[in-house]
Amino acid sequence: MIYDWLHNITGSAIAAAIIQSLLPLFIFILPFALFAVLLERKVSGHMQDRLGPMRVGYHGILQTIADIIKLIQKEDIVAAENDRRFFDLSPILVFAGSYAAFAAIPFSGAFIGSNIDLGIVYIVAVTGLVVAGILMGGWASNNKYSLLGAMRAAAQIISYEIPTLLIVVTVIMITGTMNLFTISEWQTQYFWNWLILGGPVFGTAKILLIPLMVISFLIIFLSTLAEVNRTPFDIPEAESELVSGYHTEYSGMKFAMFFLAEYANMFAVSAIVATLFFGGFQSPIGYLGNVFGVKWLIPIEQFFWFTAKGLFFVFVQMWLRWTLPRFRVDQLMAFCWKYLIPFAFVILILVGLITVLL
Amino acid sequence: MTTYDIIFYLFALVTLLSAFFVVTNRNIVHSAFYLLFTFFGVAGIYVMLGADFVAVVQLIVYVGGILILLLFGVMLTNKITNVDIKSGTIHALPASIVLGLFAGALAAAVLNTKWKIVASPETSSSTVSLGNMLINEYALIFELLGIVLLIALIGAASMARR
Repeated sequence: MIYDWLHNITGSAIAAAIIQSLLPLFIFILPFALFAVLLERKVSGHMQDRLGPMRVGYHGILQTIADIIKLIQKEDIVAAENDRRFFDLSPILVFAGSYAAFAAIPFSGAFIGSNIDLGIVYIVAVTGLVVAGILMGGWASNNKYSLLGAMRAAAQIISYEIPTLLIVVTVIMITGTMNLFTISEWQTQYFWNWLILGGPVFGTAKILLIPLMVISFLIIFLSTLAEVNRTPFDIPEAESELVSGYHTEYSGMKFAMFFLAEYANMFAVSAIVATLFFGGFQSPIGYLGNVFGVKWLIPIEQFFWFTAKGLFFVFVQMWLRWTLPRFRVDQLMAFCWKYLIPFAFVILILVGLITVLL
Repeated sequence: MTTYDIIFYLFALVTLLSAFFVVTNRNIVHSAFYLLFTFFGVAGIYVMLGADFVAVVQLIVYVGGILILLLFGVMLTNKITNVDIKSGTIHALPASIVLGLFAGALAAAVLNTKWKIVASPETSSSTVSLGNMLINEYALIFELLGIVLLIALIGAASMARR
């Protein structure tokens, strides 16, 4: 484990813990955001038969860095009627909430920020901070578009949290743990042991679980997509109605923090879906490290598979964003309360029966 | 003073300061936002006491649920319909007498109780034991609470329909 290694080097548990908690931010979230912003622009470009950014660097690979330099230079505009204290606090809260989720996500067999037993429930809990931050930003902006956007965002996130939690409870019933690291370990290597294909235990239960798990995966994917406010669920920031929703009034680095939080959140929910249903950091086809007998290669391979799965779901989110039109508010709520939640309840009961009886 | 103490006092400070602001602030929306930090600090103290599940549930229920509903209520009434919510001091003398009595009773209870002081064991997750207790010993209370909440939901829905 990386923590033990850091502990040995620094000789202090606190220093090691601080370095460990900063690792996901500096070696993962920031480079990922740089990459994802570019990816989004490239994906959208190619889907609309354009090329996307092409000027800065080869095929525009330095475009995001140029954008960040531009954002840092921008003036930090605060309107006179803004509520200054909460206006400044809101981007910090939103970013803290999405960054806190990374603490319980297992990146590889050797690295997890904090191996707490409550893992997945903790992640759901800290999402509350994001909702409060969004509401705070929308209110403090003192702008009708911001307030409406924030209201929509909060209503949407707390509604879609229910199907997410129901599916999470279903997964907890099957695995018997809330610890994301244990859930990843439990779905051992090779893809037929993943939860989407019924988990590693062979038998009748596995066959019965497969269709239920496919539906659960769809439910949790859709509801987490709604929780990060991405198209087709992006009514909080619907450009044609609300300028850009709760961050209309923000500029410069504060806007960049909202932006960073959005991309961090996209990866966080993709990582959760990958961990719950697609084996987390486990390889689908076995490890090269085992074949060649090189033990230190395995964690690196696991990190590779984890990032690959996460990035794949991030790509699917972008793909959906540039193909589907936006939901209306009433459709959005009806979809959650009339379709996702009843289906999630039925799955919860069926899976409960299967785990108890078989 | 160990690191544990420092972290504890940090959370205690956050809780007390934000609770103070909740009470003294004139703007009701500000009070509601400060409540966020109070809940967060209390969750932190739960973690320090080894009650990790309670802490997480505190965050889910209070920050993720009740606080958001509170904010919705406060914002919709305060800002959109322009209704002034009164926040002032009335009946200062009787209030301070009753409050003083209550504070005295609380302080007496705290000082006179013989607290069981045990060295804290290695922190372990309380989820499994909590779950077993809820399903076995306290099953009836657990179910009754569920029914109470269900009744509250149905009541709210039927009131909203009128």
